[in-house]
Amino acid sequence: MIAAVWIIGTFVAIGVIGWLFRAAGRAAGNRPFFRDMPFGVAYGYVFGVFALAAGVWLWTLPKAVFFRWAVMGFVGFAVAAWLFRLAGRHIGTARTRKLFRAMPLTAAFGIMIILIYAITAIFAAWIAPHAQQEIFTQANIVPGGDPALGGNPLFPLGTDQIGRDILSRLIYGAQNTVGIAFATTLIAFTVGGSLGFLAATLGGWLDQLLGRLVDVLMAIPSLIFALLLMTIASVWAGGEKWLLTVYMVLIIALIDSTRVFRLARAVGQNIVVMDYIEAAKLRGEGLGYLIFREILPNATAPLLAEFGLRFCFVFLTIASLSFLGVGIQPPLADWGTMVHDLAQFINFAAVAPQVASAPLLAASAIALLTVAVNFVVDWMLHRSSGLKE
Amino acid sequence: MNSVLRIILQRLALGLLTLFIVSIVIFTAVNLLPGDFAQAILGQGATPEAVAAIRTGLGLDQPPVVRYLAWLGGAIHGDLGTSFAQANFASFTGTTSGAKTVAEQIAPRFANTMFLAGVTAAIAVPISVTLGLLAALYRNSVFDRAANILTLTSISSPEFFLAYILILFLAVLNPILPSLSNIYDGMSFTDRLDKTLLPALTLTLVVTAHMMRMTRAAIINLLASPYIEMARLKGVSPLRVIVRHALPNALAPIINVIALNLAYLITGVVVVEVVFVYPGIGQLFVDSVKIRDIPVVQACCLIFAGAYILLNLLADILSILSNPRLRHPK
Repeated sequence: MIAAVWIIGTFVAIGVIGWLFRAAGRAAGNRPFFRDMPFGVAYGYVFGVFALAAGVWLWTLPKAVFFRWAVMGFVGFAVAAWLFRLAGRHIGTARTRKLFRAMPLTAAFGIMIILIYAITAIFAAWIAPHAQQEIFTQANIVPGGDPALGGNPLFPLGTDQIGRDILSRLIYGAQNTVGIAFATTLIAFTVGGSLGFLAATLGGWLDQLLGRLVDVLMAIPSLIFALLLMTIASVWAGGEKWLLTVYMVLIIALIDSTRVFRLARAVGQNIVVMDYIEAAKLRGEGLGYLIFREILPNATAPLLAEFGLRFCFVFLTIASLSFLGVGIQPPLADWGTMVHDLAQFINFAAVAPQVASAPLLAASAIALLTVAVNFVVDWMLHRSSGLKE
Repeated sequence: MNSVLRIILQRLALGLLTLFIVSIVIFTAVNLLPGDFAQAILGQGATPEAVAAIRTGLGLDQPPVVRYLAWLGGAIHGDLGTSFAQANFASFTGTTSGAKTVAEQIAPRFANTMFLAGVTAAIAVPISVTLGLLAALYRNSVFDRAANILTLTSISSPEFFLAYILILFLAVLNPILPSLSNIYDGMSFTDRLDKTLLPALTLTLVVTAHMMRMTRAAIINLLASPYIEMARLKGVSPLRVIVRHALPNALAPIINVIALNLAYLITGVVVVEVVFVYPGIGQLFVDSVKIRDIPVVQACCLIFAGAYILLNLLADILSILSNPRLRHPK
């Protein structure tokens, strides 16, 4: 209650100072800059100064370790993205150089993160210092690698409750979580995309049947439906853990293919009425030629953007399912499960900040990738829409 | 008025039909299980007699259509069956009367979840509409760009990440709010609110981003129209252009987005309730999924799907009602 009063009071105080700031500017010379300044802009200036001052004050507090880490991470990533864009502008073919020249920093950041994740996922076995399921005798080693604080240089991020190396599991998590999400998205796209184009090209009863089926499947919230089907799958799979992961891939692919179907059908229907499709039909081309040589090349841009967004959704669904304990199963390292298993360490944040960092690292590994993909998709959509507002 | 009423009745009928079909899907999905409930309740080592007894007791010897109609009929009357865990417990203690029915298990948790969703909506809707308006007003400014990046980040983060970040800063480092929501009967309203605030804030972060972006987009879409140009040319201030001229016409998409996001809350609630150990329907659902308590899973699924369909329906009807062309037919 007192906190709410403080927050509202701060906002009101900023408003008063903003009004005074503008009034003072008008009193001293009344230049157009102050004369035409709306109150919102004056508020914005004062708020910016206040936020900066609060940030500097927080930085100097010895207690605010996490704030300093967050700022360092933010600045570090921004600088890395800027350097990456600079490199992209000078290295590569003429086309990629041109692409990098008109790229906003957020998109450069996104591409850089996606590249880093891809490399980590592919070469996980060579990068990771230990195997993902290897159990060491010493459990609960504190991250940081400082023996004075209970760390061990051999395990830079420490070990978990049963003694598995957290760094290795984070690296293998890139392979498992991202790899499984990518495979799921691919299946969902193949199924949903081809059925959507088929429905758009053929029309008639097939279109109606598939359309109604998708309507019904979409009437159930996706996470809820996934959980229901996972209950059934867990009975089917019995004791076979890997089978459950396969079922999960199929279930999420099924649920997400309905969304892809909708988009592919809508895009396909716009293309099917074009004259060149009519011409191809009159030439006597078959269904396969129509779909793969005429419709698909003209639907790449929206489908590619949808692929990025769909990947994010699938990735988050898998992470959520794993977090709830019904997703990717134990011997495989996976970020959602890691967050769930290590979550209790957050309670030690006040006394030992580095202990609390382990679950947050796994969670931010998930967030970082989805943010990166979203930034890239945002930029792609902006480009393909002709740089409109 | 007549035509509006007819459209609304049509939508209602369509919603009921969807709910009916969804109930068939849920029932069929559960019936794909190998073996049956009786086996699942008693486990592998059960004697055939015991399995047969439970099977008759639960009516599993009936054909699927009869069972479906019985389940649906019961569900309409609020009777959702008996949970396996409870039935199992009762069979150990030797009584059948002590077992809680699914409806008795769900009712208090449903109220809790509605409370959480209500608190979230009360915080999120005003904030997101205001921020969306401001972002549209100061579009392409520093504020707009910062808001764009922040909302994209919060949309892309998994719910549990946001939840743990909030726990870290508001419960562990600065103990302002409790990180566990142990809610029980007979709590005072302020106590309850205090315990609900952190999960509600997490959900607010998730939902606000969506609603704000949509509000901004809906208003910016309208800003190119001639009547906005006219209002600007006659010297109306930018804030007044947006609040008086653009907002009323953007109301339909905004209401739509709010209702759709409240529907989205239903999915978000599951993860957030698990993180905060909030005794709501989402947590019951996840627990039942883990122990394969089919009747509870089925019932929760039906309730979630029902709420989802209802909110989508509400979005539909409200956007029809906010359209003056439909409200005042010529």
